[in-house]
Amino acid sequence: MPEILVFATLNGLVTGLLLFMLASGLTVIFSMMGVLNFAHASFYMLGAYFAYSISLWFGYWTGLIVAPLLVGALGALVERYGLRRVHQQGHVAELVFTFGLAFLIEEAVQFFWGPETRNYQAPELLDFPLFTLFGQEFSAYRGFMLAISMSIFLGLYHTLTRSRVGLVIQAAITHPQMTAQLGHNVPLIFTMVFGVGTALAGLAGVIAGPVLTTFPGMALGLGSIVFVIVVIGGLGSLQGALLASLLIGLLQSYAIAADVGVPDLLAMLGVEFPGDHPLDDLWTLHLAQVAPVLPFLLLVLVLVFRPKGLLGKRE
Amino acid sequence: MVLVAVVVANGGGLLVKFSSRSLVRLVSALLVLLAASVAVRAQGQAQGQVGAEGQAQNQVEAQAQAQAQAQVEAQAQGQAEAQQGEPVRIGFIDPLSGPFASIGTSALLLLEFSADYLFNSRGGILGGRAIEIVPFDNQQSPTETQLQFRRAVNEGLHFIFQGNSSAVANALGAAVTRHNRRNPGEEVVHLNYAAVDPALTEENCSFWHFRFDAHAVMKLEVLTDFIASSESVKSVYIIGQDYSFGHVVAQTSERLLGEKRPDIAIVGNELHPIGQVKDFTPYVTKIVASGADAIITGNFGADMVALARSVIDAGLDIPIYTFYAAYDGITATLGADGKDRIYLVHSDSGNPFSTEERRQFHLAFKAAHPDRDVTQPRLMNALSMLVKAMEESGGTDPYEVALALEDMRFSTLRGEQIWMRGSDHQLMQALHILVMTDENIEFDADNSGFGLYAEHVVPAAQTVLETGCEMKRPRR
Repeated sequence: MPEILVFATLNGLVTGLLLFMLASGLTVIFSMMGVLNFAHASFYMLGAYFAYSISLWFGYWTGLIVAPLLVGALGALVERYGLRRVHQQGHVAELVFTFGLAFLIEEAVQFFWGPETRNYQAPELLDFPLFTLFGQEFSAYRGFMLAISMSIFLGLYHTLTRSRVGLVIQAAITHPQMTAQLGHNVPLIFTMVFGVGTALAGLAGVIAGPVLTTFPGMALGLGSIVFVIVVIGGLGSLQGALLASLLIGLLQSYAIAADVGVPDLLAMLGVEFPGDHPLDDLWTLHLAQVAPVLPFLLLVLVLVFRPKGLLGKRE
Repeated sequence: MVLVAVVVANGGGLLVKFSSRSLVRLVSALLVLLAASVAVRAQGQAQGQVGAEGQAQNQVEAQAQAQAQAQVEAQAQGQAEAQQGEPVRIGFIDPLSGPFASIGTSALLLLEFSADYLFNSRGGILGGRAIEIVPFDNQQSPTETQLQFRRAVNEGLHFIFQGNSSAVANALGAAVTRHNRRNPGEEVVHLNYAAVDPALTEENCSFWHFRFDAHAVMKLEVLTDFIASSESVKSVYIIGQDYSFGHVVAQTSERLLGEKRPDIAIVGNELHPIGQVKDFTPYVTKIVASGADAIITGNFGADMVALARSVIDAGLDIPIYTFYAAYDGITATLGADGKDRIYLVHSDSGNPFSTEERRQFHLAFKAAHPDRDVTQPRLMNALSMLVKAMEESGGTDPYEVALALEDMRFSTLRGEQIWMRGSDHQLMQALHILVMTDENIEFDADNSGFGLYAEHVVPAAQTVLETGCEMKRPRR
């Protein structure tokens, strides 16, 4: 049992921090521009594919640096020449725009890289077990993933709260008109933030690609999870996004690890049902089977009891 | 698509700021959606009549255009030998976009290549008619399959290949049966080349359905025999996708291993949501903790790669017995880590190739599609048997062709005798346990140097199982 607990925690941390890299960009974009970027997870996929192609020619480490920059540049272009024009039509147009963009990116990926799984591998330098505990290895690459995402959080947090740029961004989030009146170029800040946000999503894709496999469906379902994190954590709150990401990562990991389900509950209550009962599927349900639904359950609970999110400041 | 976007957009607006205006928008969007679904249903009932409905008309016109264009292209390609009379048009409904596109695309390429290589380039069938494969994309969704089936019927197709996902096969099977009951003389034959849920030839069996792959229980009999013969295996962990096929694998493996080797402990029997799990490490942690000597899984596509990757990542060095862990990028992605530990139970024999004809087919396919593989050779058996049934019945009447397919015996390119059992329309063929390796591999997968080697062969006669099929036979 202790070994399952230790590894479930480690797995939860890896997943949670990976989700945070996606959520951090989305939450800042969401709170700043009021637009929910449906294509955010698609930029994550683009990051993985760019890095795969670059790694074929220049190796993994070049891909790690260049791919997020490319994705970020693409994101900035999308904001400058797409979103900003659509913005005049209002929020609905913006939402539809990003929704369409997500489809476009998915089809483009299939067009250029084909529908099959791509052989994107972790660098040989990190191809060794970091430590072995209770007979299970924890690969160095996963440790590397943890390190990268932790340093991203620290760097982002420091930039947003301690630097001049961060102060302007925070001001633009809460009082965009006033910030513009003070002479700051708010549209430029928007473009930059969108670029950095998508670059972070791209970076998440780069480091997740080798472990979670690189294929055209890799962004599927991720977009909604990240959206859930942003709402649970509270709009615009970086700490909230981190808290919610870890919460969801650990929650899913523990739910899979826990070998309990309705049968145990029924046994505890001393109730028994015949095997051919029409609701048999319900009586035999295990916690592991419903693990993917738990984030959405949490979302509903948070929206009902604390609509501004865990660490959010506004309704 | 736009409708969905509008609904979602309104939903998003609702979340951002709850106002009466967004509520009105949401309600109006729902109304539009309702109207659209009514229109779609009406279109389905119209069955190809070019009705007043503008949408239906557009679609029909677009189809006609595409059809004309395809014909012009086919003629331009100069398949001169096979141009007497109308081409024989055969439908193909499988995922060609979305997360499962790779499997569907590979199958389509192989089917088209088989038609050209085996028949069109050799003078066609039925006295010089060419075979034309007409693809439809169902994105592996049962709902989308119903729509695509209607399209295929509207185009006048009577033979439809489909394989991916038993859920889709069950939906298509039901749609075909219903259509055939209502439209005598215009029946459709469902040629299932890969969906292995036993129900399709057991309780849901149909005169109009033919299966060219061995079903899951037949394969599991072979697989569990193989595992039972290995003395070193003392405990097994079963993990699979939470849907009909995954359930069959889970229950049947447990039952059969219990009968054959009661001393083997089933230390885990896990179901996970299909296509949802990004990282299998939490599951692998449980497998490690259970101390299993072997894993059995029916996973396919991304779920298969991700599971194997996590097992390898965790340094867990035990064999993984699978149905689908090869090709479409899987072999290349697993690479050396998968050597001698990934096993498949498969209808194809892998390496070594038994005949020169089969070798020539493979070389010609690779020459035409260097980046692709012959992933499901049973497709060429299925097509060849269909053609043989057409030749024997002297035409393309679905009922006559289905009768000719029943109890057909056929000699494959591999030199094997296979048999389509009449009582349930299940094909009987040899089954193989293949191992992933780079030794003695003449033809690899994914151009990776690694391929499948037949470690164990079970002849067709030994794979035969009783059937509980009570087939309702149509009367003519």
